[in-house]
Amino acid sequence: MATEVGPTSVKAPASGGAPIHHAPKGVGEDNRIATQGRWAAWLLAPTILALSVVIVYPIITAIVMSFQKDAGLDPATGLFTEGGPAGLSNYYNWIFQQCPAPGGGTVECPPGTLGAQFWSATGTTFFFTIVTVTLETVLGFWMAVIMARAFKGRSLVRAAVLVPWAIPTAVTAKLWLFIFAFEGIGNKLFNTTVLWTGSEWPARWAVIIADVWKTTPFMALLILAGLQMIPAEVYEAAKVDGASAWQRFRMITLPLVKPALMVAILFRTLDALRMFDLPYILTGGANNTTTLSILVINQIRQGFNAAAALSTITFIIIFLVAFIFVRFLGANVVEQQTGAGKGKK
Amino acid sequence: MTAATELRAEQDRGRKVAQNREKWAQSRTYISAVVILFWCLAPAYWMVVTAFRDVGYTYDTSILPTHVTLDNFKTAFDTSFGNHFGQALLNSLFIGAVVTIVSLVIGVFAAYALARLNFKFKYLVLGFILGASMFPGVALITPLFQLFTNIGWMGTYQALIIPNISFVLPLTVYTMTSFFREMPWELEESARVDGCTQGQAFRKVIMPLAAPAIFTTAILAFISSWNEFLIASQLSSDATQPVTVAIASFAGAQPNQIPYTAIMAAGTIVTIPLVILVLVFQRKIVAGLTAGAVK
Repeated sequence: MATEVGPTSVKAPASGGAPIHHAPKGVGEDNRIATQGRWAAWLLAPTILALSVVIVYPIITAIVMSFQKDAGLDPATGLFTEGGPAGLSNYYNWIFQQCPAPGGGTVECPPGTLGAQFWSATGTTFFFTIVTVTLETVLGFWMAVIMARAFKGRSLVRAAVLVPWAIPTAVTAKLWLFIFAFEGIGNKLFNTTVLWTGSEWPARWAVIIADVWKTTPFMALLILAGLQMIPAEVYEAAKVDGASAWQRFRMITLPLVKPALMVAILFRTLDALRMFDLPYILTGGANNTTTLSILVINQIRQGFNAAAALSTITFIIIFLVAFIFVRFLGANVVEQQTGAGKGKK
Repeated sequence: MTAATELRAEQDRGRKVAQNREKWAQSRTYISAVVILFWCLAPAYWMVVTAFRDVGYTYDTSILPTHVTLDNFKTAFDTSFGNHFGQALLNSLFIGAVVTIVSLVIGVFAAYALARLNFKFKYLVLGFILGASMFPGVALITPLFQLFTNIGWMGTYQALIIPNISFVLPLTVYTMTSFFREMPWELEESARVDGCTQGQAFRKVIMPLAAPAIFTTAILAFISSWNEFLIASQLSSDATQPVTVAIASFAGAQPNQIPYTAIMAAGTIVTIPLVILVLVFQRKIVAGLTAGAVK
């Protein structure tokens, strides 16, 4: 993704490492890089070490656990099962929704058990992700375009969008639960009598509306940052050339804001795929609002190892989505981060 | 003569059309701004209004505050129904402070290296740190649940602080990295030329310049630790639970009745300091958010 006029290359001259980049390459520079490398290693060591302890170690443990059988009484059958190596059976059981059968082997999980919810939870997770991220992108873009305009009270709007962002998700969930209560302001305002958390679609929409309210500001601010990188002269020039507003948006705004937009969408997508707090507090996962994260949490107390397998599956799904974004949709997070559009990687 | 007046009339008409169009665009902008303000602020306003409303009028839907009382705040701190909101506030403050300080102290070195030094595997390290911040919490919770059960750490503060570091530290590192990258490092060189030692240059020139960046990063780090719910909901006890868990499980006198007014009061207490902090440091926060690009 070579973007000559992207926001990153505008920033590049300010980058601290720039003088070193331009230094003539020779023996001296090699030495310098080696010295800097040693320094960097020392400076990075605490962070890498800390992240290894709090992330890498648990992940490896989880993967090891996922290949072990859960010992103890099986909640579905009431039989005692021995622990020991399980091979891929934990994964197999989730994907094919199988539960241990009384006489050995497996049977289809009875409806209502956790084992029978894998595909519905996956579907719910993707449904929430696609709907919320789409709505947030469209609304966020609109908000960003408004906030980029010059008008009196602009700083007030920019301050106001930070309010939903600053409210903790747990509080957001309780707030919207109250708004969507049967006698609450939601029903009053829309003149409806919906039991919002009582059936599938209203419950889903309650989660979606609350999530969109909470996270659109973040999206809007990211897109706004991208919009502000576009030099005004580009628009002036296009205007002189007779481009209509729609043409200016399609031919200038969209392509130039695309790198920032893709990163914003990537971040929001990965965040939505691990959605937990909102549906857990708002609906308790009832009425088909159980996401993969909620399913893992519900499984933990029924068997660590099966939960570890499910969390590994969740992790792999999120990783794959991130990979697709970076590889095929050109969301180059690292380049965006290093502020070096010329980075070859 | 007539041609000239006609021309002038034509120009006037054109100017008027342009002016009208301008006016129309401007009023559309204002309408949109009002819609955005309403959408963002109305639910938050509703929380505050309800927090001050008498329990008997929980579902009153008048827009202005009615039946104003402070009782809900008293109820929020009341422990007779098994709520520990006061304790939870202290817990969240403590956990947030420790997580923020640890992440900043460790992360500032990494951010300096990533922003200022040139070395092999830079992209790999950045990718690793970014990947770490996007990591799903549920992937950590299962092994930690088992580990902490085995070593008797369930419900302890360290069981809540250590997992929080896993997502606050990466955020800290790359927010600070992007701040550091935009700092005028030439000043360091100039100070050296003017006779400062490397240490003096760092203390007297760089530190004062970096202070706002570090402070903003600290706010962002504290907020994300303050908001954490998933891990705390599983690994905390009544004594160590943070506010998010306390609010999510807030119980009332009747088991089947959600004490909304007290919850909204608790929510207001949890939110107002954050909102004030965010609004005061708005510019810096937005810069940190968009540079680090994180929730």
